Amino acid sequence: MIQLQQIHRIFKVGDQQVHALNDLSLTINGGEYLSIMGPSGSGKSTLLNLIGLLDQPTSGEYTFNNQKVTTLSDDQKAVLRRDQIGFIFQFFHLVPRLTAIENIELPMVLAGIPSTERRTRVSRILDAVGLAERAHHKPEQLSGGQQQRVAIARATIMQPSVLLADEPTGNLDSASGNDVVEILEALNQQGITLIIVTHDAALGARAMREIKMIDGRIIDDGHQKPR
Amino acid sequence: MLIKDLIKLTSCAVIAQRMRSFLTSLGIAIGVAAVVLLTSIGDGMQRFVMAEFTQFGTNLIAINPGKTTTHGASIGIYGTERPLTIDDAAALEKLRDVEAVVPLVQGNAEVESTHRQRRTTVYGISGDMPHAYRVEVALGRYFINEDPSTPRAVAVLGSKLRSELFGSRNPLEQRIRIGGERYRIIGVFAPKGQILGVDLDDAVYIPAARAQEMFNRDSLVEIDLLYRETADVDEVVASIARLLSARHGRDDVTITTQQQMLDVLGSVLAILTFAVAALGSISLLVGSVGIFTIMTIAVNERTSEIGLLRALGGKRQQVMAIFLGEAIILATLGGLLGLVIGVGGAQLLTLLFPALPVHISWNYLIAAETLAIVIGVIAGVWPARRAAKLNPVDALRSE
Repeated sequence: MIQLQQIHRIFKVGDQQVHALNDLSLTINGGEYLSIMGPSGSGKSTLLNLIGLLDQPTSGEYTFNNQKVTTLSDDQKAVLRRDQIGFIFQFFHLVPRLTAIENIELPMVLAGIPSTERRTRVSRILDAVGLAERAHHKPEQLSGGQQQRVAIARATIMQPSVLLADEPTGNLDSASGNDVVEILEALNQQGITLIIVTHDAALGARAMREIKMIDGRIIDDGHQKPR
Repeated sequence: MLIKDLIKLTSCAVIAQRMRSFLTSLGIAIGVAAVVLLTSIGDGMQRFVMAEFTQFGTNLIAINPGKTTTHGASIGIYGTERPLTIDDAAALEKLRDVEAVVPLVQGNAEVESTHRQRRTTVYGISGDMPHAYRVEVALGRYFINEDPSTPRAVAVLGSKLRSELFGSRNPLEQRIRIGGERYRIIGVFAPKGQILGVDLDDAVYIPAARAQEMFNRDSLVEIDLLYRETADVDEVVASIARLLSARHGRDDVTITTQQQMLDVLGSVLAILTFAVAALGSISLLVGSVGIFTIMTIAVNERTSEIGLLRALGGKRQQVMAIFLGEAIILATLGGLLGLVIGVGGAQLLTLLFPALPVHISWNYLIAAETLAIVIGVIAGVWPARRAAKLNPVDALRSE
């Protein structure tokens, strides 16, 4: 469902050109569980942003769900992100002045879904991530693990086909980190494509397909190992 | 995005920064309050002055001798204009749609009662005067049926002159001397008050022909003419001009309608009020700088939030709408606060200085609030556009 062909991404930093992605090709099928690992500056976050349609390749072809997305307009990509892609960040990125419910509702608000439908969807998902009794708390009143679970709820509320997680446990203690990973894996079991970028070798190893990157290239694509 | 959610989202951001939002709104509030207060005073002044001028009614026409136009050559070539006479006034009375004609002679003279003297204004007028000027006779009667060419020596006092000369005693049928001649008092006018500093109550009124004799002149200062309210002003003016041209042999009078005077005065005062409102708007401009500053800061502070919104599928216009909405809410709330302060201040002024004419005009209230909102839009557009243009990857990375 995700096809990258000969992708180059070149940043200009001052006078220098940084080749963040260098002739990268990658195919990801629906329902895969994928980890992307590599040292800092290896281009893994750039790759994730590119897959998430937040960034544009300098050259190359990107096909998402059989749709060429490199030529889409800004608004079309926004709609695709909203409906098909969920983001999970290392630092949660919750809006501090909104309650847990309101944070989870944000994508639906942007999509113009009326509040009655939002309420039923949110209450269902709050049960799924085990935060029903923290629904009206602000982020500052929640623990790190709870905040990340709110973020997961927000990323999945639109029932996307892909979930992109950038160091999802990077800011959590091991127990709550484990909770978060289990929720993500459970979502993958239900059919969502899960792509995790991480430094953490143990977390990376849990994925069914481990990709290692250095200098903007994939050096190891450990295909489909049995679980 | 539903409009309801947009309002909720933006007002939430405004409430989250209570103190900051309040202070920013205060800038707009002071501007709106200044506009409301200044225009209320301006409008009040305008109404006050207009009321002063219309207390004699609005369908008056003044006829003065001479033309107030500039001639190319010396006036001497055309000769001097003929004076207005009592006979002219009598002729004007016969015109269609004319209700009352008041020939006017004016001068100063010594007025003596048996005990007191007072130098005051003497008006020589006709029987139509109370009707034309809307003055009431408080005591006695008025010389309505005097023969204009040979009137008797009768006088009507202004209320102030009456109290000066006679105190509380009844002046009717008393003899007084005006400019050395003996007059009989037949009436007293009700107080009319001042008009632009001229005290009509501190005066004595006698038939015009008598006044002409007293001041040794055979002309009139002015003829005032009251026309029927239903009549067409232009037609009345035209018929007056035709009649006087025929009588004088040429067009040598200046005809001024009350309406013309009021129009000119009204437009001058309206410009004055507008100028005052423009002055108040300067403080609104300062308030708009406040909104601009705060919104620029907000965009900087919430860069990562903007990145998040974009990642969650927010379009550029939606990000723009959210930040522009915040600016508009700040301006609108500030404007409403300013209306409360302005109207409250205007009412306080009326309470403290009852003499000061203050009139709150709805038009200016609505205009001030609209202006505040427009200023919010203008001040908010640039920061909001900046927010919308941010690169989502860079925005997400900033923390």
